[in-house]
This record gives sequence, C-alpha cells and structure tokens, in this order.
Amino acid sequence: MVDVTMTVNGVSKSGAVEGRTLLSAFLRDGLGLTGTHVGCDTSQCGACVVHVNGQAVKSCTMFAVEADGATVDTIEGQAAADGSLNTIQQAFQDHHGLQCGFCTPGMVMSAAALLRDNPKPSEAEIRDYLEGNLCRCTGYHNIVKAIMAASGQDVAAIAAE
Amino acid sequence: MYSFEVDKPDSVDAAVSALQVEDAQALGGGQTLIPTLKQRLASPSRLVSLTGIAEMKGVSSADGVVTIGGGTPHATVAAEAASAYPALAALAGNIGDPAVRNRGTIGGSLANNDPAACYPSAALASGATIVTNAREIAADDYFQGMFTTALDEGEVITSVRFPVPDAANYQKFEQPASRFALVGVFVARFADGVRVAVTGASEDGVFRWSEAEAALSDNFAPEAIDGLSLSGDGMISDLHGSGDYRAHITKVMTQRAVRAAG
Repeated sequence: MVDVTMTVNGVSKSGAVEGRTLLSAFLRDGLGLTGTHVGCDTSQCGACVVHVNGQAVKSCTMFAVEADGATVDTIEGQAAADGSLNTIQQAFQDHHGLQCGFCTPGMVMSAAALLRDNPKPSEAEIRDYLEGNLCRCTGYHNIVKAIMAASGQDVAAIAAE
Repeated sequence: MYSFEVDKPDSVDAAVSALQVEDAQALGGGQTLIPTLKQRLASPSRLVSLTGIAEMKGVSSADGVVTIGGGTPHATVAAEAASAYPALAALAGNIGDPAVRNRGTIGGSLANNDPAACYPSAALASGATIVTNAREIAADDYFQGMFTTALDEGEVITSVRFPVPDAANYQKFEQPASRFALVGVFVARFADGVRVAVTGASEDGVFRWSEAEAALSDNFAPEAIDGLSLSGDGMISDLHGSGDYRAHITKVMTQRAVRAAG
C-alpha cells in the first residue's frame, strides 16, 4: 500500500491505496464520494468523468497513485455549500437533461470541461464533445439542450422535434 | 487486475532503470493498458508510469520538423501541433473521446501498435523517426506487424520527429462503438513523392500502399488511383467488415484524403 494525498473539491484528502486501485475506486470507496459513478468500467460510458488538474478524465481508467498530488474535482464539488445547483446542474434540471440520472455526474463534468474551453459551443460541437459519455435514457436531446442553455444560448431553436 | 506496484520516475534515466525489474512494464496514459490489465490479459509485477517525466512532454517545431515528446497526450498534440502540422493535429483530435485524449499519449499508442490505432499511420506516412532512450528508429523499420514493433524490452519512446509534408490528410472510417479506425488512411505529399499509410485494415498492422504512392506521386488527384484495387487477402475480416470490404474502403478513404489534402 502507498499513501496518496490529493486536493478533492478543494479539500486535502489522504488515504492508503494499492498500485492497482483506480481513481474511481479511491473516490468512491476510500473517500465515500459515490457521486462519481462507475457504469462500464471499460472507459466507454463516461459516467466516471472527473477533472484531474482541470482536465476531464475517466477515473475508472487512471490509477489513484497517478493522481497523487493532483487537484481532483468531482460532481460533489459542483453545487454551492448551501446545496444550490451550479448553472450546468440547474440547466439539466430545467431542461429535463436526465431521466434515471446514472450518467448525469459524468455528463455534468464533461459539460463543465467543454464550457471552460468553449463557452458558446454549437449543438454539433456539444454532440461531438459528448462522444465518450453514454446515456441510455434521454436520447441526448435534452442533455444537449441543457448544455446550450447553461452556456446562455437560446434553445428554442432546438426544441424537441 | 492482478496486483502490482507502480513507480513514478521523474526522468527518462530513472524510468529506464526501473524497467529493468523483471516483468516491469511501462505505463503511458493507460487508456489501452488499464483495460487490458482489468481483463487480466497482462500481469506485470511493476508498472513504470511515464506521465510524470517533464522531458518527455510537449510539442516543438523547427526546420520543417515537428517533434512530439513521447509522453504528450493526444489533446495537447491536437492543440499545439495545429499550426505546424494540421493533418497530424486533426488526427490526434479525433482519437477516442475528449477524456481519453487527455490521458492517452503518442508514445503509448506507437509502442502498443494496435492494428486499428490512428498514430501509426501518421508516423509511417510522414516518414517519422521514433526516438527512444537508446536510439533512433525510422518508421519504415519500426512497425513490424500487429502489436509488434522494433522496440526492445524496457526501451522507452522519448519523442517522435515528424517531417512536415507539403500537403497531408487523414481520413478515418470509424468503427462506431470503439471509435478505432475500421480503416484509416494517412496521405502525405512531399517534394520527392507521396506516402500513403493504411491502418485498421491489414492483419499485418499498418502498411504503405505502394501502388497508390506511385500513382499519386505522378498525379496527386483522387482519380489517379481509380484503376487500382487492393486485394482483400490478408485484410482483417470480422463482424464489422470483411477483408474485401476493408480493401474497398481503403481506396475510398485514400481518395477522400487526397481530395481533402488538395
């Protein structure tokens, strides 16, 4: 076992991990941050996306020891301390961007990475960016709509057909 | 996964010595190796992570050559090679998905030499040089068949040097579930001729299509290869497409790449 320390959602966290412990496992089992979901565990579905040093990564396909010393942001750090949702989360709620909600943590974290790099993405750019995030409920339409709304764009033009 | 230790050296020298341990294996971004470990298809005693080695990261450009550190993630290549070698940057920016591109590295891709990976086609078509801790290997000598390269045990790709062509383009026909290339064709036109490298198609891994190279060197236009046909023999045949289908798509992608390269 090796000791790792990382700044998770702004707070320094430490724990002992094996070499093979995945970052997703450390977050969920080690720190109790079960908002990061593990859907496929094969880096296909994107439910486990978190930010490591500001970059979106699939936490099921990175070892916890590789994140030693890093800054990690998860879905638990997205809402304000009083529980009020951030802009992206609120837009998902307003535009029905989730049904079962399993993929939502990864969707929100991917959306946050996209909007930081590209504050006004087109519908096509959003769909392209979400290539690695699978949703089996919504058909993606309302997810795309929510992200466009979160970026301050008019979503009337992409009203559900 | 079987149990293993993870080393995190901060220099190439330290990584090379760490790899001397029996059954040690280099770990790049892990986007292929970690899924492989989960399936227990590999059982290293020790992984040597290369992602903390600053000297193996970054993109630089000088005298018509783009040099990319072996530990550089695809997303960085997509962003930083965009002006110096746009076709290479576009290829890097379309590997996997954004989260995969933030972790996966060029050195990892070339060392693994997956028969459907994108980078081998760019390296071979560009006539790149694979630079390791020990030597320099020409791309023509480097790729030796599916998952097989000229790398020795414990040898680490420190950088890759790409001569920048006068015109180039990569066309990928994606396998929609995996996002790997069902067929990918990289066409590069240099002053002394055209190079065409094909990934995804052959059971021998990435290869140069010499007949197309000759025809396109005479006339760099899609119709220059109208009369050519590739055999489906030796092409990968699976539930996603037969060998004949891949052979056909290779020609179509080559023509699209030539048209797009202009």
